[in-house]
Amino acid sequence: MKTKTKMRAEPKGVLTETHNLNGNQACAEGALSAGCRFLGAYPIVPALEVCERFLERAKEVGATFIQMEDEISALAAVLGASWTGTKSMTVTSGPGFSLMMEHLGLGVMLETPCVIVDIQRAGPAIGIPTLPSQGDMMQARWGSHGDYEIIALSPSSPQEMFDFTIKAFNLSERYRVPVTVMSDGYVAHLRERVAIPPAGEIKIEPRRYYKGPKDKYLPFQRDEDFVPRMVDIGDGYRFHVTGLTHDERGYPIMNEECQEFNVHPLVRKIRNYVDEIIEVQEIETEDAEIIIVSYGATSRVALRAMEQARKSGIKAGSLKLVTVWPFPEKRVAELAKKVKAFVVPEINCGQIVFEVERGSYGNANVIFVPHGENGVDNPDGLLSAIEQVTKERKVKEGIIEYK
Amino acid sequence: MEALKTLQEEIHPMEDVLRMDRMPHIWCPGCGIGLAVTALSAALEKLEMDLNKVSIISGIGCTGRAAGYVKLDSFHTTHGRAIAFATGIKLGNPEMKVVVFSGDGDLISIGGNHFIHAARRNIDMLVICVNNFIYAMTGGQVAPTTPLSAYATTSPYGCVEPPFNIPYIADSSGAVYVARWTALHIRRLTNSMVEALNKRGFSVIEVISPCAMYYSRINRLGDGLDMMKFYHDNSEIRHWEDTKNLDIAFQTPIVVGKFVDRERPTYMESYNKWLSEMKNGPRKPNKK
Repeated sequence: MKTKTKMRAEPKGVLTETHNLNGNQACAEGALSAGCRFLGAYPIVPALEVCERFLERAKEVGATFIQMEDEISALAAVLGASWTGTKSMTVTSGPGFSLMMEHLGLGVMLETPCVIVDIQRAGPAIGIPTLPSQGDMMQARWGSHGDYEIIALSPSSPQEMFDFTIKAFNLSERYRVPVTVMSDGYVAHLRERVAIPPAGEIKIEPRRYYKGPKDKYLPFQRDEDFVPRMVDIGDGYRFHVTGLTHDERGYPIMNEECQEFNVHPLVRKIRNYVDEIIEVQEIETEDAEIIIVSYGATSRVALRAMEQARKSGIKAGSLKLVTVWPFPEKRVAELAKKVKAFVVPEINCGQIVFEVERGSYGNANVIFVPHGENGVDNPDGLLSAIEQVTKERKVKEGIIEYK
Repeated sequence: MEALKTLQEEIHPMEDVLRMDRMPHIWCPGCGIGLAVTALSAALEKLEMDLNKVSIISGIGCTGRAAGYVKLDSFHTTHGRAIAFATGIKLGNPEMKVVVFSGDGDLISIGGNHFIHAARRNIDMLVICVNNFIYAMTGGQVAPTTPLSAYATTSPYGCVEPPFNIPYIADSSGAVYVARWTALHIRRLTNSMVEALNKRGFSVIEVISPCAMYYSRINRLGDGLDMMKFYHDNSEIRHWEDTKNLDIAFQTPIVVGKFVDRERPTYMESYNKWLSEMKNGPRKPNKK
């Protein structure tokens, strides 16, 4: 009955083969492979194909889809469904992501595993629905009120949309936290080959179920790694959980001690395990003097710029962030001592570049390249920034932006 | 003394359904929310339901605390979103009987959109809406149910907005069962809950409750018990009354009764029917 306790993917959801899919479709396939059987969403450009693909496959897989009345209720329904033991997901873009901040906070507080896919588009407000952007990166980290830690992944290709969606489900079950997949309109609509492995080769993180006597269950009694154990609705535990600050029993307690008891572990369960969570991909960073720090769609252009820079004799390398949150500050700090500069292209007016600057502790120049102004696939701006930074003789304060 | 001792040691008659370790509850003396909870637990007992298969979900506010006191799988969620959260539970595990227990401000103001859409989709759940005409937890602000001319801290010259008629919204949005009782109609309220729990589909029961601490005090209407009696004695039972005629004015008679009881396919029934009829995947648009 409980497919989510297995360590490998359920074959029913896995379309093993090499397909030609766009990022959104690959995301839906990733979710189904990970065992996701509930998708609650509200229509928004450029995220629609995730719902459409999910629905196409709903019958054979036995999954449920509901188009809710807004993004607020979409994520609320996802949280509810997750507590029934059904792996659940929602998908949206910037305007909807803003509405979801309310339940991102509830998901963190109730420690509910779920996945939120944000196909970022140009903002603020309605912006340009079809223009790719990376403008929600800070929102993913700080968007909901109060103290919390979050996990965010950033895919750069349809294959990674598939892989990272599975990874997101696994991380959310492991740490009992909502995990966001921060994609963008470019990757979502990019059509490429996606290899879906056999079900037996897809590792699935099982839900952390409580297995003791029924009358002894405490919903927020934590294991050593600060993660509490879950039960399903309807299994006879008759538990209570609340969005108010609560004790081990899940009962609201309104005092400072309980605030610390409740909220500090929400942060510690991620912060103490950043080394396990964080994944980066490094290319030619051993001898690099200049490292391009990128994530998502931008990583594709970063590679091209790096190759061109190498051709013209500049020792360039690439640090690609798979996990954007928690930010790999330790690795950035290590690299900062070795390199002359970090060049950070982003499809926004500067967000993750602040983290890179913080992580470099004044040991390297940090150059921001507002990438995408001449097209997301154009490496020229990046390349010219790399060429200019080689002329810098000392480390300058703050973030440099070449005009 | 002996009698008192036995009484104290005796098990509370609703111990099966209530979380005794959370008593005393936070509700004020003379409040009607407790009566609504009593009616719900009596209805659950009467139906001899498997309590492991019933879930209760609340939003925020005085009534929103109800989920915390009922010994079921219970969720105290965000303001106004209890119905949306409950939708996920019902769809995630269709075996569950889902009860949403919340107040008028929570369900009809901030949660109004979720209310009408769940009714339209006919999500199988019972919504118990305790209406005390005011935002009580925050200190007596005007609500979307405050009758015209009634005072509140944010309507110091008397409420100028016409209130919502909850049964009318529920009816016109597609609810399959709609009833209204005052908190003192405890037997009839319990019977309505029994009927509604037996329905498949979106059922709404409005419970008119006094707020002794704010609504009553600000409007100088006596204590909670006075109010409770006033609502009860000035109510008029008119079953099957057209829900259009159920507006509530300030201190005038309140029409109570069962107004709607009909059948309509639920969301899951329609969804599963659609899945079973679909032979080769969903219908695709014609390609030219």
